[in-house]
Amino acid sequence: MNEKNEMNDALVIAGKSYHSRLLVGTGKYKDFTETRAAIDASGAQIVTVAIRRTNIGQNENEPSLLDYLPPDEFTYLPNTAGCYSADDAVRTLRLARELLDGHKLVKLEVLGDPKTLYPNVIETLAAAKTLVSEGFDVMVYTSDDPIIAKQLEDIGCCAVMPLASLIGSGMGILNPWNLQIIIENAKIPVLVDAGVGCAADAAIAMELGCEGVLMNTAIAAAQNPVLMASAMKKAIEAGRESYLAGRMPKKLYSASPSSPTTGLITGNG
Amino acid sequence: MQISINGNDKNFDAETMSINALIAHMNLVGKRIAIERNGEIVPRSQFDQVMVCQGDQLEIVGAVGGG
Repeated sequence: MNEKNEMNDALVIAGKSYHSRLLVGTGKYKDFTETRAAIDASGAQIVTVAIRRTNIGQNENEPSLLDYLPPDEFTYLPNTAGCYSADDAVRTLRLARELLDGHKLVKLEVLGDPKTLYPNVIETLAAAKTLVSEGFDVMVYTSDDPIIAKQLEDIGCCAVMPLASLIGSGMGILNPWNLQIIIENAKIPVLVDAGVGCAADAAIAMELGCEGVLMNTAIAAAQNPVLMASAMKKAIEAGRESYLAGRMPKKLYSASPSSPTTGLITGNG
Repeated sequence: MQISINGNDKNFDAETMSINALIAHMNLVGKRIAIERNGEIVPRSQFDQVMVCQGDQLEIVGAVGGG
């Protein structure tokens, strides 16, 4: 891919262009210094954050995530992690919008149970409807069900983000065929969110034609998070270029070697 | 007055105070927070006007690391 194409190959979400197709979470790191180092190594421009009760009457000089990841350097993607109902998710994101000065881009996730963290798509659909009607740009986490993904698009979500496998599992892409159907049907960006375990998983997601990948645990829970963040950056770029380049067709065998079949020294002519 | 902040009951000598006064009292000045009072978001622009009083339920939230 030449430089011009590379520059043109932007990820566009809700009308804004991003050169990085890797979106990262900010949880589970040892400390904020490691968080920042990993995010720098990942090259990510969009970072997810959670909305939680502020510590009251505790250490007032306690460092805050925003000190390490200033909102003017990154696009914040406030999430609804930990919400199990549409009402809680909507309430959380209204607070997020107020917190971030009217910021509209959000990640909706409504979970079904605390054991598996599997998404509750019924509540997700309900919350998406409300949020879209209130003017939010909704990137929505969901199962890998192509029908639900399409319904979320029809509601007006700006990106649909099916799981590769369950949150924090690191199991990789368990149903590439469903992801392919979702990508084929979608007119909005499809990003894989959750389940990626290693760089190969991220590359495969991109080769399937995903517009991007969102991950947290794969980086934060690696033995060396900063190095894994760098690996993920390269995997996303490699996977994207591989997708754009178009792979050779698969054949069981070809009888067409890469080296010339003539001029062999053992030949007779 | 007694009010609930983030699920904890807190007692104050004053019978009422503005959100801004409460923020100062809680050492939260300059922190990036959002506040919900009795289920309704209080816009930052109204922190000076909106008063809290006996029985109010407040949620004060911020952004933290998450995936």
